[in-house]
Amino acid sequence: MKLDNIYQEEKKSNFAKVSEIIITMASRPSGFIGLSILIFHVILAFISPYVAPYDFKAINPTLMLQAPSAEYWFGTDDLGRDVFTRTILGGRTALTITFFGSLIALLWGGLLGIFCGLVGGKTDDIVMRIVDAFLSIPWILAMLLIVSLLGTSTEVLIPALGFFYGKGIVRVARAATHDVIAKDFIVSARARGHSNFSIIWNEIIPNVRDAILVEGAMRWSWMLLGFSSLSFLGFGVSPPTPDWGLMISNARGLMSFAYWSVIAPIVGLSSLIIGINLTADAFAKALGIDRSTKAPV
Amino acid sequence: MLFLIIKRILLGLITLFIVSLITFVGTEILPGDACTTYLERQAFGEQLEACYRRLGLNVPAYERYVSWAVNAIQGDFGYSLSGEMPIKEVLGPRIKNSLVLASAAIFIGIPIALILGIVTALWRDKLPDVAISTVTIFAMTIPEFISATLLILIIAIWLEWLPGIVIVPTDVSLLELLPNIILPVIAIAMIMTAHMARMVRSSVIQVMASEYVQMAILKGVPYWKMVFKHVLPNALLPAINVVALTIAWLLGGVVVTEVVFNYPGLGRLVIESISNRDLPTVQALAIILASIYVSINLLADLMTLMLNPRLKTLQIRK
Amino acid sequence: MNEIIQKVNNLSIGFKSKKGEEILILRNISTNIKKGETVGIVGESGSGKSTLALAMMGYVKHGLYTIGGECEFNSSNLLKMKNRDLEKIRGRKIAMIPQNAGQALTPNLKIGYQIDEALQLHSDLKEEEREKKISELLNKVRLPSPETIALRYPHELSGGQQQRVAVAMALAGTPDLLLLDEPTTGLDVTTQAHVLELLNFIAKDTGTSMVYVSHDLGAIAQVSDRIIVMYSGEIVLEGPSREILKKPIHPYTYGLLKSIPKLSLAGLPQSMPGSQPQPGTMHRGCSFFDRCDFSEEKCKNNSPQLEYLEELNTSVRCFNHKSLMNDSQVNQTVNEIKTSTQDKEILNLSEVSISYAKQKLLDQVLNRISDDNPTVKDININIKKGETIALVGESGSGKSTILKSIAGLLRTKGGIIKFDQNRNLSSDLKERDPNDLRIIQLIFQNPDESLNPNHTVEEIIAQPLKLYFGLKGEELKKNITDLLQKVRLGEFYMSRYPRQLSGGEKQRVAVARAFAAKPDIILCDEVTSALDVSVQAAVLNLLQQLKEDFGTTYIFVSHDLAVVRAISDRVAVLYQGRLCEVGPSKDVYQFPSHPYTEVLLGAVLEPDPDIKPKLVAEDIVEEKPPQKGCSFQGRCSRILGDICKNEVPPWQLTNSGNSIRCHIPLKELQKDQIN
Repeated sequence: MKLDNIYQEEKKSNFAKVSEIIITMASRPSGFIGLSILIFHVILAFISPYVAPYDFKAINPTLMLQAPSAEYWFGTDDLGRDVFTRTILGGRTALTITFFGSLIALLWGGLLGIFCGLVGGKTDDIVMRIVDAFLSIPWILAMLLIVSLLGTSTEVLIPALGFFYGKGIVRVARAATHDVIAKDFIVSARARGHSNFSIIWNEIIPNVRDAILVEGAMRWSWMLLGFSSLSFLGFGVSPPTPDWGLMISNARGLMSFAYWSVIAPIVGLSSLIIGINLTADAFAKALGIDRSTKAPV
Repeated sequence: MLFLIIKRILLGLITLFIVSLITFVGTEILPGDACTTYLERQAFGEQLEACYRRLGLNVPAYERYVSWAVNAIQGDFGYSLSGEMPIKEVLGPRIKNSLVLASAAIFIGIPIALILGIVTALWRDKLPDVAISTVTIFAMTIPEFISATLLILIIAIWLEWLPGIVIVPTDVSLLELLPNIILPVIAIAMIMTAHMARMVRSSVIQVMASEYVQMAILKGVPYWKMVFKHVLPNALLPAINVVALTIAWLLGGVVVTEVVFNYPGLGRLVIESISNRDLPTVQALAIILASIYVSINLLADLMTLMLNPRLKTLQIRK
Repeated sequence: MNEIIQKVNNLSIGFKSKKGEEILILRNISTNIKKGETVGIVGESGSGKSTLALAMMGYVKHGLYTIGGECEFNSSNLLKMKNRDLEKIRGRKIAMIPQNAGQALTPNLKIGYQIDEALQLHSDLKEEEREKKISELLNKVRLPSPETIALRYPHELSGGQQQRVAVAMALAGTPDLLLLDEPTTGLDVTTQAHVLELLNFIAKDTGTSMVYVSHDLGAIAQVSDRIIVMYSGEIVLEGPSREILKKPIHPYTYGLLKSIPKLSLAGLPQSMPGSQPQPGTMHRGCSFFDRCDFSEEKCKNNSPQLEYLEELNTSVRCFNHKSLMNDSQVNQTVNEIKTSTQDKEILNLSEVSISYAKQKLLDQVLNRISDDNPTVKDININIKKGETIALVGESGSGKSTILKSIAGLLRTKGGIIKFDQNRNLSSDLKERDPNDLRIIQLIFQNPDESLNPNHTVEEIIAQPLKLYFGLKGEELKKNITDLLQKVRLGEFYMSRYPRQLSGGEKQRVAVARAFAAKPDIILCDEVTSALDVSVQAAVLNLLQQLKEDFGTTYIFVSHDLAVVRAISDRVAVLYQGRLCEVGPSKDVYQFPSHPYTEVLLGAVLEPDPDIKPKLVAEDIVEEKPPQKGCSFQGRCSRILGDICKNEVPPWQLTNSGNSIRCHIPLKELQKDQIN
């Protein structure tokens, strides 16, 4: 007996569906917190250039490593730059790059996964072998190779991140497709003689969409983690662009006497990752998918 | 059964082969090559020729690949560019150090993850679950370099309990290494443990909802006996593979953590060799890390095969 | 006999909905179970019968909770008892036999261990004694070679064997009360009859009280002394088995009994309108009001109380039971089915064989199929336009495989499938042109799986209309409305999703989708198996009506011989992918018949305490058809000897036009068959 069958709803517009999902997400405390943090960061990313009190690259040797004060809320760093200014600007690059990176990951990972799940057999075997091989190179080594090969521009980072974080989506999409194509409604569509394209578009995608979107949301938080690790190692955004990973890396050596310059970016980055993660979690729960069984690969 | 095992091993080897191809091609298309990087401005004429000959770069790519692969199988990865040392010798102590770090994290992480996962599942939605689950969400999302930095700030700098930065030579003895690895191990184990605990939790919850667990309850099996006999064997079996993937993923975290703590392991070597464009070393690292990944997964596959009665008899029935 | 061992008192169980309302699954249930009696609880899915059985063990599922009332066992309330005390009652005093033993046996533990566990918990036997006891128990449930079975894992046994193990496990604690939750649902007909017979034997042998929960009145009729009929969380009728089945004085039971097809009656049973209300949607008044033929104004707003009638020893929840009392000899009337069979042949299967075996590489290269013992072999059937032909047999008989080949989903290995005498259909989907695909449509067993959960009813029915006829806009909409009307669904269903429909409604949508293609042939794969009994008759009647309107031909696959009897013109009996008997249905259901047909007919459970199943052959499960000889040789009780093992039996024609494939001469066949 299905307990949630009780409420008879009518067909809804897409807008109504999306808003219903968001309301469901926000109705849990963790989802509400996650969504609020994420929205806060997104808004901040849009408005920060206009509200930042100082110039993020203005070096002032006389103001080196000042403790937090009314004038410099979060203190200043080793070059005398305002930490508050750099902190509120520090998420923009990361957020933009990983957002578009996730979209790319979703797109190619989802499509390839559906394709593999659908054709099965030898083609599927070979493609999955290759995906497996890519998986078995630690992401950080692969990313470092690419970055040292092609540089650290946005045009390189977005597709590279998208590529490496998409392989997990391939697996999820493939597994979901496998489950769906065994169902009788696919058999029925095939027996009627629908084209492969029509079967993928009308029958498969609506049924695997949720699983893939949840996976994509999850990838986003991991990609952010990966990207900031790259920045931290000096292979991400190049100075003087403010970036949390880079700021933490720079301020790390001085933290025994100027801890403020490392705390602010840590709070910024951690809260964003947690926000995305909680949101992804709530999103999965709102769609009825358990995401905790998935490995972070 | 035997056939299945052989099949898995073969698949693992094929994966390694593809990895070696990918890294070989990857490093091949880097602008410039080992010699131009090494010789920098003197990279022309006689000297360049000599270097090519010495490193064997004057033959076609596929021949180089074959000879490299043949040597690599025997454990010979050629010479590193920067130190002009055999890569084998550079790697040896580094592998040992990283292995100490990673295995400490695994041996501490897995039991804790199991306990946390089982506790949260059995007390689902009760206080222990809510508390632990909240903590694991944080532990899981915070990047290693942040937790490592915070650990140094709090434990090493403010409290001064443990050394923050590892300042030891590469070939240090195990005993001397010990106090230095505590903080790095915590940083690595945190994220991994949190992930595994969540997986164990959901697997146990799934099994707890199964009909056979309901049947065991209705049979009058006492609670803890039910948990150990009927629930855990069935819940942990599928978790093995996922745990293996998590461990493999941890390799990336090791790199970052080693850099933060200045730890003389493979991870720091990765960064160093890439910064120096030491391509032979990068190739060797890629293949070594990939084989660690492949063998962990193979091990997990084999364990699942051994423990699952369903798969054990699959061959006989078909 | 009169000692009460379990007393359910005013029990209500429910759950909190997302909106925080309290929704009841069980409403004020009171009943007693006496020592040594077998009580059958019957109801449709969602009637609360399983929840009631579990509550009798003091178990309430996760998410549900007790709202009020008690389940008293030995004068203590099980629902308030601590887990530690319950452990001493569960398995020892009250034991459960689950619905699906395959799911209910722990997969990583051997059979022997699982029974031993119950013995350890609930007896004082020492280890060697326990070992002997395990063999004894497995013997008692008639499992072959108990010692080897004990060492097996659950998944290595067949469904029937798993169910027997579950029975043995329940008996290990020598319980006073056995609860059986749909113990035979999901088993093959012959296995089901055997398990029921075993349960009857155990009830007599041990004197245990039993509570038998099932949706199947046929099974209930075979085992119970007393029957409780549940509807939407309430007891609506309770009394001695014979009275309930012969004089059903509640309109629901009355209608239910009338809507069940019987072997003895050709033609479609009367259908009951509507379906059971979902929990939480009930208002004031009688919960059966919407579907009742006897309802009055007062039924709408007042809910009737359970009323005890001394003369029948029966309790009934109906204001109008008196009007039924006079009329309640269930004189089942059936709607004769009109044969619309024409002389024109529409589909011809000749020498068709189908194989699931994978091709070896060499054979792939040479493009040949090497399997010399295919899953399905030697199928010769002529299907006339407008007829309904049924393929019957147990699981593994190849009936669905044949359907798949006709639909083009599975390539045939040999033989020819011809449509309309000239179009060759012995090909798979890719080689058929759209029109070939349109003329054959499928309806599946489980509408949950055959309807895309993300499409509305409108989108589902629009698919074939767009694909085959290119309809658009207003015309498309009009066609969809027409089709919905034909399957008796209102226009407002267009915007619904499948999950918002009941099982019967979903199957109607599937039927509408099939008819949207204006097909010549519709393949029906167990189309009523997943439906509740009260809905089944309605779907059968609908299918018959549509067939008469459109002149469609049905190929109807089912394991249920009574349903087949009701709807088909002709029947083909299959065993292990080989035909045993083909003929007009009225003749197949008479003797003489093939020994396998006899086995199948004997195993049918009818909702009548006077008709007992006849068990002719063992219920062994065969994995593969035999290499040579008769396909049924392994289980045949009338096997002649070497001739059956070595030679494929010939077709024999009876006077009535029935073909039987058996070595035994027709006269002999008839002689020993039970009438």
